[in-house]
Amino acid sequence: MLDACGAGSPEDLFAHLPGAVRLNRPLAIEPGISEYEIVEYFKQRASECAAGYSSFLGAGVYNHYRPVLVDTVVSRGEFLTSYTPYQAEISQGTLTAIFEFQTMICQLTGMDVANASMYDGSTAVPEAAMMAVRATGKGRVLVAKTVHPEYREVLRTYARNQGMPVEEFGYAEEAGTIDLEDLERKMDDLTGAVIVQSPNFFGIVDQVKAAAEIAHKRGALLVLIFTEAVSMGILEPAADADIVAGELQSFAISPSYGGPYAGIIATKEKLVRQMPGRLVGQTTDSRGNRAFCLTLSTREQHIRREKATSNICTNQALIALMATVFMSVYGKLGLRELAEQNLAKSHYLAGKMTPRFSGKFFNEFVAKVGSPEAVNKALLKRRIVGGLPLGRFYPVLADCMLLCATEMSRKADMDAIGEVLKVPTAATEQAEVLA
Amino acid sequence: MIGKVREHLSQNESLLFERSSPGKRAYQLPELDVPAVDAGEALGAENVRDGIEGFPEVSEVETIRHFTRLSTWNYAIDHGMYPLGSCTMKYNPRINELVARIEGLAWAHPYQPEALSQGCMQIMDRLESILAEITGMDAVTLQPAAGAHGELTGILLIRALLEKRGNARKKILIPDSAHGTNPATAAIAGYAVENIKSNSSGVLDVGALEQLVTEDVAALMVTNPNTLGVFEENIIHVAELLHQKGAMLYMDGANMNALVGMARPGDFGVDVLHLNLHKTFSTPHGGGGPGAGPVCVKKVLEPFLPTPRLKRSGKKLTFDYKRKHSIGRVKAFYGNFGVLVRALAYILAHGGPGLRNATMDAVLNAVYIRKALEPYYDLPYPSANMHEVVFSDDRQAKLGVRTGELAKRLIDYGFHPYTVSFPLIVHGALMIEPTETESKIEIDQFIDAMISIAKEVEADPQLVKNAPYGTRTSKVDEVTAARKPVLRWKPA
Repeated sequence: MLDACGAGSPEDLFAHLPGAVRLNRPLAIEPGISEYEIVEYFKQRASECAAGYSSFLGAGVYNHYRPVLVDTVVSRGEFLTSYTPYQAEISQGTLTAIFEFQTMICQLTGMDVANASMYDGSTAVPEAAMMAVRATGKGRVLVAKTVHPEYREVLRTYARNQGMPVEEFGYAEEAGTIDLEDLERKMDDLTGAVIVQSPNFFGIVDQVKAAAEIAHKRGALLVLIFTEAVSMGILEPAADADIVAGELQSFAISPSYGGPYAGIIATKEKLVRQMPGRLVGQTTDSRGNRAFCLTLSTREQHIRREKATSNICTNQALIALMATVFMSVYGKLGLRELAEQNLAKSHYLAGKMTPRFSGKFFNEFVAKVGSPEAVNKALLKRRIVGGLPLGRFYPVLADCMLLCATEMSRKADMDAIGEVLKVPTAATEQAEVLA
Repeated sequence: MIGKVREHLSQNESLLFERSSPGKRAYQLPELDVPAVDAGEALGAENVRDGIEGFPEVSEVETIRHFTRLSTWNYAIDHGMYPLGSCTMKYNPRINELVARIEGLAWAHPYQPEALSQGCMQIMDRLESILAEITGMDAVTLQPAAGAHGELTGILLIRALLEKRGNARKKILIPDSAHGTNPATAAIAGYAVENIKSNSSGVLDVGALEQLVTEDVAALMVTNPNTLGVFEENIIHVAELLHQKGAMLYMDGANMNALVGMARPGDFGVDVLHLNLHKTFSTPHGGGGPGAGPVCVKKVLEPFLPTPRLKRSGKKLTFDYKRKHSIGRVKAFYGNFGVLVRALAYILAHGGPGLRNATMDAVLNAVYIRKALEPYYDLPYPSANMHEVVFSDDRQAKLGVRTGELAKRLIDYGFHPYTVSFPLIVHGALMIEPTETESKIEIDQFIDAMISIAKEVEADPQLVKNAPYGTRTSKVDEVTAARKPVLRWKPA
């Protein structure tokens, strides 16, 4: 091969690089290691994490069982090692699966169209906000304080340089749902998007319909966010939302320390040309057979460049496929039963303590526990990772934690949490010290 | 004939919704060990939905057959060469999949205590320092989820630095050969885009650049080697020009597979670059994601990196959230950790010397293809190429056959097409990137296929124009798909 290239050595092929740009030393990276050693290295790192602990963390990332079929399907090289399906004739597998994915997301959310996925729920929020701003021609965005705090941070990062002022509105002290009066007060005619989450960050089913009325009255769009997709198995979809954006991690996507997950954006028919991201459409091939292809790509960066609806290119196709297989495995009956189990578990757990809010919740809730840190410390001794202390995101809730129970939560562990909470915090610490 | 493919049976399969029948199920849930709860009571009757209309109802066997049948309709790297230029379709080692699924990593919750996350944090810390060494940069954030997301992060960093210096400036300069994500990113970061023409050797026109770099320019976004596969030979001078005017040099790292171990952006004046771990570092493309787009920066930009940042105190790692100059978060949590694990596994397997060898093989393969196909296809920019080569369809177009049609014919020979009609500066581009993965046997078959197609164009252009013939789905009508969008299944 070198002869054919007119080169004496592979290095000769780099001879045209100016001397000053060449790296004249080996990289300071150790030589390669064997497969066995690689596995050992990562097993070692894994042993420094929380394997073997039960966890009651939720807050945007949920412990749901992953049916075996999911990894069986996504491990197939035909799905795993293919590129974005630009060449439709030899990508019908991916394209068909995405078309099914888009359909199932529509069925779940009650929207007309859904895209082929976004990076995750958090980045879907600014994309949805920008979409609403384009559609209404109004730049201001109002976001509820009950939307996931990290999602709001991402929204602020994106919004800062787009002439898209973002303001927050509060929540009702007692119910934990959005404060409709505060929203009404802050609403004006320059607002293009009102963003709420349901179930909200506190796990509570929020007042989407009422928020939509307020938004629509002033010509804004209502953007609905979700982080717990399993809730859609039981909760009525919000017909009043104009855009639904959310996170599918609950659908057989492992927590994996924060990613990769898959976000979605779904919307009404009339907004489809404002959508970011890839879309798959149905058509026919030259023999008249049903076929699928990427479509409406004039919205996208590779055609539209700086006038595109988004800069997104690579998205989360394989992760969306995990969710697709999950939805097929659970199906109509299973998703409902799964949601009911989550509801039962979280209400059993909540029965062992005092929920901080009176609002109706799905599978997570805020509990007032005194010192969340002390409670968690006591739980860790029982190999239980407790709830998320909320002081970090809501200083006024510093005595509270957000707890989540799913179909994976064991009764024995929930009983143990109840026992730990029965003991006053100071005494707990005392007891643990003595133990 | 080339001999890579012949016909075989291909299963038909309807959509899941069409296969469904009421009551079928593929799941099992354990018996509930706590009292059931009345949904109407717990959630409010008005909030409880009826059954999800149209949602699948299929058995376990039907589910696995469905997705297995669909999978056989895809071409994949596991089938053979996937020479998409700029996409770096290299082999995806399966060990990477295995380690990403180890329980303590796959089931790590992002909010579990830091004391119980040290293993995850060590992996991220190690990857950060290795990527800094490979790129010659000072600091790395692993938060961005993909290349375009990394671009946005990088441009926001530049904006933050310039703002702190008193003027965010107005424009980003982008060569006409750039990826579409570059201008789209600049727009989202609030900048106007000004295009720069390439010169006749296919690299940045330094004279034109000198005219364009003013106090209004925030940065130049350059891909190096560029999308022609040509190294920007004046890059050090370009960096100096920008720096003299207080502007920054952004590098799109999509083509890092040509440089790893041979040259480092940090050594040739780049201030910030993003990497595509799903290209250079072999994490699977998965039919269009997930990816990861770490951003590497020089010291001066480090204070602005997204929160949180990994911080080491002795043996322990923590996350630092209190960084007053940070641009903020670009994504929830810490990045696409599962992708980072796979990339680190790839790097550990290769080691420093192995990474350098991979680069040399990638370039050797591309140069070899160029030499073999030059007699048959027009090469508009004869400069030395690196990891990819871009031909034009000039000769074939004279006989009425365009690059997109040549590409479809390549499918009949058992290969995935090259990248079609990109970069835009080459009319009718054929952009070919073999990567280091391919052996001489596979590459020779590819070359034979391309030569055979060139001959077919001369003998019978219509034969090529009607391709592909051997696929289960014949030419797809994309025009109707866009004119009358059908974006979801509905019951008949």
